[in-house]
Amino acid sequence: MSDGQSGPDGGRDVEAYAGLGDWTPESLAVAGEVRAVVSAPHQVLSRAGDEVDPTAEETVRLAADLVATMRVSPGCVGLAAPQVGVAAQVFAVDVTGHPKAVTVHGTFVLCNARVVEATRWKPGREGCMSVPDLTGDVKRASRLVVEGELPGTGAAVRLVTDGFEARALQHEIDHCAGLLFLDRVAGAHAVYQRKVYL
Amino acid sequence: MNELAITVIGRDRPGIVADVAEVLARLGANLTDSTMTRLRGHFAMTLICTGPDAAEVETALVPLAAEGQLLATVRAVTPDGEVAPAGEPYVLAVHGSDRMGIVAAMTRVLVDAGGNVTDLSTRLAGSLYVVLAEVELPAGVAETVTGRLHRTAAELGVEVTLRPADPDLL
Repeated sequence: MSDGQSGPDGGRDVEAYAGLGDWTPESLAVAGEVRAVVSAPHQVLSRAGDEVDPTAEETVRLAADLVATMRVSPGCVGLAAPQVGVAAQVFAVDVTGHPKAVTVHGTFVLCNARVVEATRWKPGREGCMSVPDLTGDVKRASRLVVEGELPGTGAAVRLVTDGFEARALQHEIDHCAGLLFLDRVAGAHAVYQRKVYL
Repeated sequence: MNELAITVIGRDRPGIVADVAEVLARLGANLTDSTMTRLRGHFAMTLICTGPDAAEVETALVPLAAEGQLLATVRAVTPDGEVAPAGEPYVLAVHGSDRMGIVAAMTRVLVDAGGNVTDLSTRLAGSLYVVLAEVELPAGVAETVTGRLHRTAAELGVEVTLRPADPDLL
């Protein structure tokens, strides 16, 4: 497990960014409720999410709900607020135990996250809970640096990750920007009927 | 609701998709699944539509075909909806020197193992021939199939790979 402690590059406040440290969803101190997951073509999935105040009570509740909903959804390794009908820049990720995952940060939630470095682009086939009947080939960075804020404390964090966790983060950050994998597929013949359901 | 299977093929030029789609839209034919591509200077379209009857669409496409550049066929089909998955998804890639019978031999290996080809395209570039296919294989046969594909490929003098196409769910 890596906590992504490498320092930010020039121009940024080095002290302002740290890894996740010992953050866990339990530190939200709110029992998350399972919410209904919406499917495309629901409008909320095509709308850029609003920035949030990570310390606001509603953000903390949303973060807890995303984790709770992710945990009851088979095979789900990430869930963004628009997928539960909320146009906000909040998402949960947990790739623990996934065979393709290399760096794993456990379960975490980020607010207002943005990609600051993306390298080593690789193609891969993605499916999404909100697009249940299709999959598509999408190129994503396999080395990624993301900055965001933790719900609850609002602490600024910088995550350095790779491989499958990097793909999951980019997929969720896209959701928060109103983008689906369908917006990024590799070509006219790069979308397929989904053949395997969990 | 009528379901129609339509094919259109002709020498490629800008506007074929717009022309055919406009005719269909005017008739209230809803274009559902389709695939369209350019093959060695010919533009080929295979469309499934719902709405009007076949004769009506055939008549409406005549003016496009009358220019002598497009050939269209329209056929009423029985709606089947989506077929349940028959196995695990794989991608087959074959490349090598062009020769007769590559597609026939490689796909026969898949069929003999209970597989089903759901998508396939070939490209010839100079003497290089490339086959790409999406395949559903019954569980547990991939290793055996890979062995057979390699033996067949060796006989044909081409290279083959078979890899899982299972998507990562995010």
